Amino acid sequence: MTHWTQNLAKRSGVALAGLMAVAALGIAPAVNAANLTIESWRNDDLEIWMDKLIPAFNKKHPDIKVVFAPLPPADYNSGLNTKLAGKTAGDLITCRPFDASLQLYQKGNLLSLNGLSGLENFSNVAKSAWQTDDGKTTFCLPMASVIHGFMYNKEIFDELGLSIPKTIPEFMAALETIKSKSKYTPLAMGSADQWEAATMGFQNVGPNFWKGEAGRKALIDGSQKYTDAAYVNTFKHLAAWAPYLGKGFKAQKYPDSQNLFTLGRAAIYPAGSWDITTFNTQADFEFGAFPPPVPAGQSECYISDHTDIALGINPASENIDAAKTFLTWMGTAAFAEMYANSLPGFFSLSNHKVTLSDPVAQEFVSWRAKCQSTIRNSYQILSRGEPNLETGLWNVSAQVLNGTMTPEEAAKTSEDGLAKWYKPHM
Amino acid sequence: MIMTVSRKTLKSFPTHIVVFLAPAVLIYSVFMIYPLLDSIRLSFYTADQAGVTTFSGFANYVTIFTDEAWSNSFWNAFKNNMVLFAIHMAVQNPIGLMLAAILSLPRLTGRHTYRTAMFMPTMMSVVIIGFVWQLILNPLWGVAESVMDLVGLADYFEPWLGQEGTALVTISLISVWQFVGIPLMLLYAALLNIPEDLVDAGQIDGANHWRIFWYIKFPMILPAMGVVSILTFVGNFNAFDLIYALKGGLAGPNFSTDIMGSFFYRVFFGFQLQLGNPTMGAAVATLMFLIILVGIMIYLFGVQRRLNRI
Repeated sequence: MTHWTQNLAKRSGVALAGLMAVAALGIAPAVNAANLTIESWRNDDLEIWMDKLIPAFNKKHPDIKVVFAPLPPADYNSGLNTKLAGKTAGDLITCRPFDASLQLYQKGNLLSLNGLSGLENFSNVAKSAWQTDDGKTTFCLPMASVIHGFMYNKEIFDELGLSIPKTIPEFMAALETIKSKSKYTPLAMGSADQWEAATMGFQNVGPNFWKGEAGRKALIDGSQKYTDAAYVNTFKHLAAWAPYLGKGFKAQKYPDSQNLFTLGRAAIYPAGSWDITTFNTQADFEFGAFPPPVPAGQSECYISDHTDIALGINPASENIDAAKTFLTWMGTAAFAEMYANSLPGFFSLSNHKVTLSDPVAQEFVSWRAKCQSTIRNSYQILSRGEPNLETGLWNVSAQVLNGTMTPEEAAKTSEDGLAKWYKPHM
Repeated sequence: MIMTVSRKTLKSFPTHIVVFLAPAVLIYSVFMIYPLLDSIRLSFYTADQAGVTTFSGFANYVTIFTDEAWSNSFWNAFKNNMVLFAIHMAVQNPIGLMLAAILSLPRLTGRHTYRTAMFMPTMMSVVIIGFVWQLILNPLWGVAESVMDLVGLADYFEPWLGQEGTALVTISLISVWQFVGIPLMLLYAALLNIPEDLVDAGQIDGANHWRIFWYIKFPMILPAMGVVSILTFVGNFNAFDLIYALKGGLAGPNFSTDIMGSFFYRVFFGFQLQLGNPTMGAAVATLMFLIILVGIMIYLFGVQRRLNRI
């Protein structure tokens, strides 16, 4: 052996010993510590997770290291599927509502959470988006929902002496006043993106007509049809909005509607609660919110409190116990309060009483006490076949607003589509 | 003796041709031919809930053509695509020809500036084109209405991009505006290739610019016109981006702007609550391939042969 190789052997020996020491150091705490990675599409929330939520969790469980690893929203479904197929997906998986997650569960990519402590803090409506059709197995822990309603420009309402409309006739009268007595656009909504018409229109005001959960369940079991009066009347109400929308609303897109409202040129904005954050930064006037007005003479009210986001466990994870600990912590009141206040407009789905600091978010969430919650009626089961009900509703709602389809035709088109593949409607 | 034999074998086996062709053949096979064939193969399968595919013959195609919901969407997309193609042929190519003819006139000042300006939109991203035109035509803050007001036409302004009857024509014209540079360049190059003597001879015989163009230049650029037409056809039937940028995946209102590309996108990748269906999507993609193939065949056997005879 030459001097050179001897030296090398000596050195590598030292290096090896050093490596082993490091490895031993690394392994030692790993016996009782675990790493968790969260897959998510909420890349907007990265800061909130890193600076607030995870540190709060680590105060109670310092031995579990959590990393929030989001993908861009549009890439999430395909990216997650690729990672799952390649066995490189994280331990915790953010769940889209209904069929996208149900499919993951059926393929064995989500763990059943039955019996998990913390899950008892959520109502059945909250869990329904992440359950098997029979409701027996829950596979994601609900995180947040978004609530529909109307936001209004308080300055314009004061200027015209308007009060908050509680019933539909009052609502229509207010629109008429704004249209005839001022130059403001009464309603900031367009039909170009189509989903606005369906989501902020049809699904926003509809629950008052079809009595929330009762109507939604009746559609699923087939005892009600889209051609029933409740649904036709919803479309009729939507059609009555058309004269009060902005000029050229047929080519008006979602950002146009938002700008129309935040620039103070429109009085009322059919909203989703997620708009609160945008409006807080963009609008320089005071704005408020009111729930969808009820039909004349109806006392009980219903709101769309749509389940939107949840968290589940990847069965391939090596740290399932730690993941369960994390989910249990997410079921606590402390998490609910922190999450809802960091993201005004995304409301905790748990039964805990949460104090919100944002006044408009407070207003939105206060409706839960006054009205009954439901979710969008096309999301569970009914959008599983061809033709797709949700896509169809976007199309017909936009057409009803555009005046190219009557409310009766819209109802019939939706029902005919459902009758093609869904047994209870055949 | 030995020398000549080895030379003969060298000549009979042209290694250099194989070497030169190999990269292109390899890359083309891996990235074009294999995916194409595999997509055709996939179209003969169906997938169940758990994602397991089973062979099902022509079932996907039967569904597309016999199931009313599918065939309506398919033929609607096909019809819209034909309208898109017709508008391009009727507007884009004549304008391209006219501009090329003007640009190729001798002693035209600022020719390079015009040429660059006219070709500029073609080089821009579709997302930018879509965004700019949406802003121009926006009924709330667009300049289109105020410009029309200047010439007293404000009453004729409508939200063209949002109306069922006008959306497709509007998008087609935006696309024409964007891509007019391609026929312009191809025809311009063909016009420059015409020998000067032919034009000179025509002038001596007393023909004016108009007659020289139609009787001497135009017949000589017919093959280029053929290439332009076929490029337009293939481009239009593969189009997707502008529709997606302007109208989203649902190609509204009421699917009036749905073309083969956007229809394929919804079927293959899914849309909102509609889950993607890769096997059905592969069937739609195969049909798109066949439509383009038939179109090119008609051109090759019906048109190009006659052109060559001239």
